Amino acid sequence: MKKLWGYLKAYRKECVLAPLFKMLEASFELLVPLVVAAMIDTGIAAGDKTYIMHMCLLLVALGVVGLASSISAQYFAAKASVGFAAKLRHALLDSIQRLSYGQMDTLGASTMMTRMTSDVNQLQNGVNLALRLLLRSPFVVFGAMLMAFTIDLQAALIFAAVIPALCVVVFGIMLWTIPQYKKVQENLDSVTGAARENLSGVRVIRAFCMEEEENKEFERRNEKLTRLQQKVGKISALMNPVTYVLINVAVIALIWTGAIRVNSGALSQGQVVALYNYMSQILVELVKMANLIITMTKAAACGNRIGAVLSFKTDQLDGELEPETRRGKVEFRNVSLRYPGSGAEALQNISFAAEPGQTIGIIGGTGSGKTSLVNLIPRFYDATEGSVLVDGVDVRQFQKNALRSRVGVAPQKAVLFRGTIRSNLLWGNPNATEAELQEALRVAQAEEIVRGKENGLEEPVAQGGGSLSGGQRQRLTIARALVRKPEILILDDSASALDYATDSRLRGAIASMKNRPTTFIVSQRAASVRFADLILVLDDGKIVDAGTHEALLARCEIYQEIYYSQFPKEAKSHG
Amino acid sequence: MAKKNGTLKKVLRYVSRYWGFLLVSLFMALISVALTLYVPILVGRAIDCAVGAGQVDFPAIGKILVQVAVAVGITAAAQWVMNVMNNHMTYHVVEDVRRRAFSHLQKLPLSYLDSHPPGETVSRVISDVDQFADGLLLGFTQLFTGAMTILGTLLFMLVISPKIMLVVVLITPVSLLVANFIAKRTYDMFALQSKTRGEQTALLDEVIGEQKLVQAFGCEERMLEAFDEVNDRLEKCSLRAIFFSSITNPATRFVNSLVYAGVGLVGALTVIGGGLTVGGLVSFLSYANQYTKPFNEISGVITELQNALACAGRVFDLMEAEPETPDPAPVEECGERGSVAIRQVAFSYDKGKKLIQNFNLQVQPGQRIAIVGPTGCGKTTLINLLMRFYDVDGGSITVNGVETRKMPRRQLRSQIGMVLQDTWLKSGTIRENIAMGKPYATQAEVEAAAKAAHAHSFIRRLPQGYDTVIGESGGSLSQGQKQLLCIARVMLCLPPMLILDEATSSIDTRTEQKIQAAFQRMMEGRTSFIVAHRLSTIEQADVILVMKDGQVIEQGNHESLLRKGGFYAELYESQFVQEGPKP
Repeated sequence: MKKLWGYLKAYRKECVLAPLFKMLEASFELLVPLVVAAMIDTGIAAGDKTYIMHMCLLLVALGVVGLASSISAQYFAAKASVGFAAKLRHALLDSIQRLSYGQMDTLGASTMMTRMTSDVNQLQNGVNLALRLLLRSPFVVFGAMLMAFTIDLQAALIFAAVIPALCVVVFGIMLWTIPQYKKVQENLDSVTGAARENLSGVRVIRAFCMEEEENKEFERRNEKLTRLQQKVGKISALMNPVTYVLINVAVIALIWTGAIRVNSGALSQGQVVALYNYMSQILVELVKMANLIITMTKAAACGNRIGAVLSFKTDQLDGELEPETRRGKVEFRNVSLRYPGSGAEALQNISFAAEPGQTIGIIGGTGSGKTSLVNLIPRFYDATEGSVLVDGVDVRQFQKNALRSRVGVAPQKAVLFRGTIRSNLLWGNPNATEAELQEALRVAQAEEIVRGKENGLEEPVAQGGGSLSGGQRQRLTIARALVRKPEILILDDSASALDYATDSRLRGAIASMKNRPTTFIVSQRAASVRFADLILVLDDGKIVDAGTHEALLARCEIYQEIYYSQFPKEAKSHG
Repeated sequence: MAKKNGTLKKVLRYVSRYWGFLLVSLFMALISVALTLYVPILVGRAIDCAVGAGQVDFPAIGKILVQVAVAVGITAAAQWVMNVMNNHMTYHVVEDVRRRAFSHLQKLPLSYLDSHPPGETVSRVISDVDQFADGLLLGFTQLFTGAMTILGTLLFMLVISPKIMLVVVLITPVSLLVANFIAKRTYDMFALQSKTRGEQTALLDEVIGEQKLVQAFGCEERMLEAFDEVNDRLEKCSLRAIFFSSITNPATRFVNSLVYAGVGLVGALTVIGGGLTVGGLVSFLSYANQYTKPFNEISGVITELQNALACAGRVFDLMEAEPETPDPAPVEECGERGSVAIRQVAFSYDKGKKLIQNFNLQVQPGQRIAIVGPTGCGKTTLINLLMRFYDVDGGSITVNGVETRKMPRRQLRSQIGMVLQDTWLKSGTIRENIAMGKPYATQAEVEAAAKAAHAHSFIRRLPQGYDTVIGESGGSLSQGQKQLLCIARVMLCLPPMLILDEATSSIDTRTEQKIQAAFQRMMEGRTSFIVAHRLSTIEQADVILVMKDGQVIEQGNHESLLRKGGFYAELYESQFVQEGPKP
């Protein structure tokens, strides 16, 4: 939680002024019972109509000043809380974006979303309310007690007794409900997750006629949430009645004591009325405080969840070196990788070297570690043993962003972002010229996609890629990677939806690029890696063999198997 | 305004389902209000019994104080019951609305879901419903008690002194006017806030959902900038909405102090004239407090309800989006199982751009149809139509002798097993994922399906085997493993028709060979549509559809198409055309 207050610092002025104006308003409010008492004891007793008139004008004047201070307080509170929320959202996104791939794998996107949306909203409400009421309410409560003491010591003792009792009730209920609200929020996460998942899998769900089951699952989570909310609600519902009872017990005691004091001549009737009015003010403030505390408990639960995200440290330390030479030599030295929480090593003792401009083919079975291997180059994950070197320097010594700016990646899952084709391409390099974009499109065999669109590069793209086919998305993601003119290009099975002719034209185009990047091609297709300078054959996280196509075809059993299954004609002629 | 009222009516329709709770809640509110109002009268009477030194009637005060105690006890109980009832109502209304919204999602056509960012839709189902629940909760607890306090106070005041009541009644409408004025002005601000928030959620959904990509391109800074732009706008419009709506409270409280001063003036003068006791004045002053307090609250509620209604409006927009055309009753299938006839079909996503036109195809049961062509030629569209994810614009598709639009979608889709290019798994165990199409399958059946899809061996190696829980969108499984599970899912159901959409593209050749064999077995006697790039598997197809630019440009079997020497022949040859870096 402490971390969060830092974001209020920019609004220090507002944070001071809002409660200050609120307390100013409260001070005027505290004067009202005294004015009324004077009206009764002086005005009514003497039948002085002018005095009464003056007192009433005083009441109106107090109201005007109260209005002005209150509106100022509202403004400062709104400004501070809304600004705080905006700063917090910024910081949260920044913090989330710093998480490593491994951390994102375990944390999941949907909890992050809830943190950034409804948690921050709740916190904003909490801060807004707290700025206005957190100081004001206790101020009025204690102020009223103080005023009571100035009127009559004995009667004021009742105030002194009832206020701690009220605090015990209010804080007791608060402590009781905080953990419960945490659970409520977790359940809300689960409901959100169900909705997200349903939308992302809508085609499969409909194909399997799973709509009913999905409804049932959603209902189950939804019901669970409702049950929990009700349980917490029942406890919170105690707050108002219990405080009401306590206050009125005090009123009864007050009038009884007051009656005795009036009888002995120590108090006037007007003073009893003033004491009674102070007690009523306390009640009004306590109701506000109870609501404040409910909102604050919710906000505190949200605040803790937000604080947890902010305090996530990325598990990858950033290096300091900025790459100087731009060549693109990649070397793996006895590299092993184990994902957190999994038993077996995903990669074992991998060693090879790729010279600048070379093409490295990586082929192997599902789960053999192909993607894990290439993910180590731009430091998406860190090797658990051994080291990955780019231009002779361990990648962990580079500044992460400087390293990644040299690497173009076209990932397995071809995802495009909402915007236009152009805005997607500019991801690779925001300063790319028109000619550079066209060149990237040409190499990626994506020119005709753009040509086929009415608006060309300005063609809108929906979230997730929308109207584009899988193959079109793949080619655009490759173009996106090429726009950054990388020294190292990683095509992670990113041509799988392309037909052979396009795939082969693509590879040809990359090979004839002017500053040819060191290219890693991860593929299932022997044809895609066939002309690579070095082919790594992976199996179960290990390199079983490495060499050129011809060498591997002559000696590597696994490679033969893959190759001949795809080129049966040659198999016939071969065998 | 008309739309706002419409929204309100719809909200009330959901509330009306809990009319029993509503009645109890109203009744409790009535009791609590009546007694709360009675207490000041009792206190006033007690004060009148203590005029001055030596002039105190202790027995009378004692009696009155006992009455106060009883009234307070009952009030507290009534308040608690009312709170519980209101909670029950609110949370259940939220639950109902969410459930209905979600089940409506299941009925929305894919054209709607494809064109609305998922993040925004989720925010409607989750946070908008929440926001309007908060509004409702405040509304219920305060609107009723508020209204009743006002009525009750008027009644009590009328009994004690009609003259003073008149003062109160004349000043308070100002409070209402102020509140109403502010509420009207802020509705649009809240609507803008809600809209901007939705925009932000959609952006976040993308940035956080695809965080890995953002990082890979080092675009964190730029994304943060894009986010800040929306964030700044949200900050501005939130500040306006929150500040202007929060003026309501001080403003009504000011009117409140006017009422208080007015009552003080007229009351004190009446006391001097002998028309009222001091105790009566005290009761009146605390009424003046209590009477305007509900106006404060109601105006607070009204601003809250503005916000709630703006959210509710968005929720109902979703819930009223045109659903898919209703399913007809199940029909008797008259044709042969597995026969498909496509007649003069026309279709396009964007009505302005023609895509598929005059497409005809006759498929006999058990035939294999291979769909080939360059990327983006419309193969996925064909699947959308066969599965009836989208409806044709013209012509008809007939399956098993019945036009697909004349049978329930469920009946159609349960005939077809589909493996899509995008591997989607739901969070849950491996077993649940495989048994998706057949939830009551036995362990043996699930295992058999997994074995047939060559997924058994890797599943067995997972920490909890078939009970391993996989996270959101497949979590830690590799793309290929996910694909194997998707295939196992279909293997378990074995429907009479199959659609395979580039399904094997991420599976290594060795595994794929085995899967191909299993597929061969599965396809035996089943009508199959295969979208694939491996021409070797297409060679055995009965009919090959060669597509380009949304049109079927060639149709025939492998030999005849090769002989024809057209586009297909070109494609086929290119499989062996190598343009690698080496000659």
